[in-house]
Amino acid sequence: MEWETVIGLEVHVQLATKSKIFSGASTRFGAEPNTQACAIDLAMPGTLPVANEKAFRYAVMFGLATHAEIGQRSVFERKNYFYPDLPKGYQTTQLDEPIVGPGSVEIVLDDGTTKSIRIHHAHLEEDAGKSLHEDFHGMSGIDLNRAGTPLIEIVSEPDMSNAQEAVAYAKKLHSIVTSLGICDGEMSQGSMRFDVNISVRMKGEEALGTRTETKNLNSFKFMEEAIALEVERQIDILEAGGVITQETRLYNGDTKTARSMRSKEDANDYRYFPCPDLLPVILDDDYIDSIRAQLPELPDARQQRFISEYQLSEYDAAILSDNTQTAIFFEQAVVICQDAKLTANWIMGELSARLNAEEKNITDSPISPEQLANLIERIKDNTISSKMAKEVFNALWQREDKYGSVDAIIKAKGLKQVSDSSALEAMVDEVIANNEAQINNYRNATPDKRPKMLGYFVGQIMKASKGQANPKIINEILLKKLNQLINNT
Amino acid sequence: MHHQTIAELVTGLRNKAFSSTELTQHYLARILTLDSQFNSYITISEEQALADAKKADERLAKGNAGDLCGIPIAHKDLFCTKGIRTSCASKMLDNFIPPYSATIVENCANAGAVTLGKTNMDEFAMGSSNESSFYGPTKNPWNTDCVPGGSSGGSAAAVAAQLAVAATGSDTGGSIRQPASFCGLTGLKPSYGRVSRWGMVAYASSLDQAGPITHTAEDAAIMMNTMASFDSKDSTSVNKSVPDYTKTLNDSLNGLRIGIPDEYFQEGLDQEVATLIQAALAEYKKLGATLHSVSLPHTHLAVPAYYVIAPAEASTNLSRFDGVRYGHRCDNPRDVIDLYKRSREQGFGEEVKHRILIGTYALSVGYYDAYYRKAQQVRRLIKQDFIEAFKSVDVIAGPVTPTPAFSLGAKTKDPVSMYLEDIYTLPTNLAGLCGISIPCGMSGNKPVGLQLTGHYFDEARLLNVAHQFQQHTDHHTKTAPVNSLTKPLILSNT
Repeated sequence: MEWETVIGLEVHVQLATKSKIFSGASTRFGAEPNTQACAIDLAMPGTLPVANEKAFRYAVMFGLATHAEIGQRSVFERKNYFYPDLPKGYQTTQLDEPIVGPGSVEIVLDDGTTKSIRIHHAHLEEDAGKSLHEDFHGMSGIDLNRAGTPLIEIVSEPDMSNAQEAVAYAKKLHSIVTSLGICDGEMSQGSMRFDVNISVRMKGEEALGTRTETKNLNSFKFMEEAIALEVERQIDILEAGGVITQETRLYNGDTKTARSMRSKEDANDYRYFPCPDLLPVILDDDYIDSIRAQLPELPDARQQRFISEYQLSEYDAAILSDNTQTAIFFEQAVVICQDAKLTANWIMGELSARLNAEEKNITDSPISPEQLANLIERIKDNTISSKMAKEVFNALWQREDKYGSVDAIIKAKGLKQVSDSSALEAMVDEVIANNEAQINNYRNATPDKRPKMLGYFVGQIMKASKGQANPKIINEILLKKLNQLINNT
Repeated sequence: MHHQTIAELVTGLRNKAFSSTELTQHYLARILTLDSQFNSYITISEEQALADAKKADERLAKGNAGDLCGIPIAHKDLFCTKGIRTSCASKMLDNFIPPYSATIVENCANAGAVTLGKTNMDEFAMGSSNESSFYGPTKNPWNTDCVPGGSSGGSAAAVAAQLAVAATGSDTGGSIRQPASFCGLTGLKPSYGRVSRWGMVAYASSLDQAGPITHTAEDAAIMMNTMASFDSKDSTSVNKSVPDYTKTLNDSLNGLRIGIPDEYFQEGLDQEVATLIQAALAEYKKLGATLHSVSLPHTHLAVPAYYVIAPAEASTNLSRFDGVRYGHRCDNPRDVIDLYKRSREQGFGEEVKHRILIGTYALSVGYYDAYYRKAQQVRRLIKQDFIEAFKSVDVIAGPVTPTPAFSLGAKTKDPVSMYLEDIYTLPTNLAGLCGISIPCGMSGNKPVGLQLTGHYFDEARLLNVAHQFQQHTDHHTKTAPVNSLTKPLILSNT
């Protein structure tokens, strides 16, 4: 039997507002528990919510970036359920009249083709607090710092048919919200969380299979693993003649296992109704237009610009434009060194590798765009070789020079490349004189074998120059001299 | 001193006939000696009151004090008062001391008013008789066998017994006007959005509105000048400037068009009450007003609509009382569900549980359309009725309640007859309009009130219409026969 997977995503994105969606308390991450929860967040009696305009603005920005209809009338509802980290006993969210209506985003598939993923809607809501089940001796602790943090929940149509597409879609959303500056994108801090709805059906079947929802995945990797696991589980059940139970599941990224959290029968009746403390919000055209006018450049547009403005390949442009901070880093460096290709290579190569290895964001890079540009300038003017550049890069990364000057490091390490031809010619002559046997071999070799043999001589010269000879120039001189030698005999 | 109105006390304070401290001590002494008969206060904030009075006296001496400066008032116990217990007459909040004050409490404090204490009420403002209080029922100072009305019954009883010159109340379905009527007082429910709800513990958010209970319309105007404000902390507060309500009190009523809704004078209305209302209307004719029959055809739907909408909102407003962060918590909970169940079971009284159940039911899947949505449609029709009526009249007059104050215990076993108490007052809340109750005579030894309903944000006119009536009648000057010889609160030999 051939099976087909159908995936839909609900993505929770924490909005990067300074204060909460209905109170003035700070949304900063990592504070001592309950130090950023005011009377409103604690649901003290008599307190009332006042909506944060920034949250609306950010949600509208997202809507405009995904070609969505903006809900001009936006209504908050109460979703009622009891939970210790939900202080009011209801979550203020949107249901029938969300702020962002149907939209779509494009993703690029492995074969290079693009696919449009439809977004059903996106709505504004408040985050809950956190229940902490460790360190309390059989009891639970409640931290309400996160309670009231603004979220948009982005609900896709079931348009994805495998984990790769789901991840591409999630990454695209990540790229959009960070480009817009409406989310810090810090997955490890829960700034973006995914609920994945998965069902399988036989190929060609119209009707959707029974779906399960795997909740609260907070990394692309876990999402990919969870989908693979769940698809396999469902297919196994169906092939064994079983049926899928509609249920909510939890994936454990450490053990790579998932378990059922609750089935549909246990589902709450949330008793939604419009929140009487918050009036419907009407967004007029002027408001929406003013946001549209200030919309920052989006990843797709930026990619096109990088191709046309910097003559980057589609691949390089895609990688550099995807993340706003990377794009900014790239452009800041290029302005100085005027070499887009080299800058792209360094960012996508050495810099990315180091950042990844240390799990750092580009904004935390110890090397500034200016330093990288200076480094590239020194490569271009032959002051240092690429190999030396890596050494300088290392020194910069380790902050060996307290001023962080590329030139100072080159000088301190004595890395200056020898490009002076007369000095290099002398070195070449010496190596030719001292390696008679190798020269004879070279001479006797067929021309197609010779380039490979050249490396030996270059290596000898580099050794003699303690690595400071400019390999490019050595190559030229060496070839010239060897050709003379051969031709003269 | 306690026979005087705010307006009169203001003169006394200005003329240094007495100080605010003397006045406050006088009221505190009255409360301590007399309130055991009425149970109108839950908390007496003696220390705070004397500190307030001292400050007020300093301001008065400097000569930069407003009308409310130094005036001793009481707050209904659902307005949060920083540092003073705010119980909502519920065991659930018996231990709750808010770290903040309601905006109206703050407005009054900034004006220099003295807070004598917190008045009794129906638990979480759910009731029409003040009998659902965790602290025991309040008794009507006119006749202690009768209820003072509710839910602001403690405020009304305190003012009627002259244990405060004025008090704040809240009105969700008649909770200011009905007790004012039962206690021979003036009670104003402002238009929805006129007075901030910040710090007022919510019963039904879309209906709740705070207002004053006073002896006269003039006092209500003085109170409203301070209570009313736009408040950015309340999203439903309306950003509309507050007029000086005392300025228009003496405007002539010549040509005033008073609407008389046929539906308010049908079956169920006590004959004696009807007669007193008719007499009041005749008085208005003498003052130059004209009377016009109007129709509010959906009046009969107000009670059922209200008793879906208010409990629905209440059922979720009261979810926060879960024993987790503040308020009553049961002993030794086994787990979180047990904590919720027993804390709420023990913390809430019968009527509150009753309404939470009704509201939860009305919002449930499968019932929402039949109840909540339908009730909201009815609400729009009721609002439309008024808008239509106000096209041809300036105010609408009628009874406040079908009967005068009833006996304690008379309706506690029959919630529906209790709910029907509010038949004439509920429509005002459902429509969001303003309404006032003023005394218009006695049925035996029980006061009867006249209700005037005004257009949106037309409080100034209501107060003017009420004040002019009081300038030409003396119903509002009658005081409850409080026995001042009651034993002072000195206590038994131990």
